Amino acid sequence: MMLTTTVLFYVFSAVLLLSALLVITARNPVYSALYLVLAFFNAAALFLLLGAEFLGLILILVYVGAVMVLFLFVVMMLDINLERLKEGFLRYLPLGLAIAIVGVLEMVAVFWTAPIGRVPAPGPISANADNTRALGELLYTHYLYPFEIAAVILLVAIIAAIALTLRRRPDTKSQVVGKQVAVAVRERLRMVDLRGPKP
Amino acid sequence: MIPLSHWLILGALLFSIGVVGIFLNRKNVIILLMAIEILLLAVNINFVAFSRYLGNLQGQIFVFFVLTVAAAEAAIGLAILVVYFRNRRSINVEDIDDLRG
Repeated sequence: MMLTTTVLFYVFSAVLLLSALLVITARNPVYSALYLVLAFFNAAALFLLLGAEFLGLILILVYVGAVMVLFLFVVMMLDINLERLKEGFLRYLPLGLAIAIVGVLEMVAVFWTAPIGRVPAPGPISANADNTRALGELLYTHYLYPFEIAAVILLVAIIAAIALTLRRRPDTKSQVVGKQVAVAVRERLRMVDLRGPKP
Repeated sequence: MIPLSHWLILGALLFSIGVVGIFLNRKNVIILLMAIEILLLAVNINFVAFSRYLGNLQGQIFVFFVLTVAAAEAAIGLAILVVYFRNRRSINVEDIDDLRG
């Protein structure tokens, strides 16, 4: 059991890091988006290993299901000139790699030496632990106001995204409900006498 | 059990990949947004690992809010990108200089 968890951790981590690398190096943005989907699936599996089932499932539902579909939609909708966007890729590679290596070395040094890395490992998760219920009990009592603010943030995002991308083109046909409701009978209906002359 | 430092190093590596992504793809706004998602994912992994090892659910609550804000950010960022592409036929960062006098 212990060994399985460890092996799964390293497998999922390796695939996660590899797909993240492919996200930033892929030639085509569509591939980047698909590799990011793979990265999110592996991160969700890692969350499950940590006993955060709710967040793991939310990561798949919200991120893969909504955000990445949005990314793919935008990537496919825009007709981008890929050659121009890729120029300068190799020129910035040394600088980026240098900064990344320095950053990783700094952080790893801290994690190896600081006492936070030696926190004793928690016991195994009990079989009837309910992560979703525990999160909900905390979220709807202690964190009720932040939760509502998160809802408002999402509402603002909806309104902003729609208001930004909505455009009225003069050549498209659209329904004007006010005019439809205000229409009178005689504008639409013409009575025709079909009886003809009397014999 | 995997030591906490391994989770933190995983987070650090993922974060660095995101930073390198921002450096390498400084022309393409879509990949920049994806690199930001990778950065946030690295932070989330750290939060969940701390939450598990310290036996405190508040880390997971914070991940919940990070996910909310990240989803809102992606939606608005992509909307801005679509409007920008509609006006300029380009998503190159170097073309975004309309406010320059």
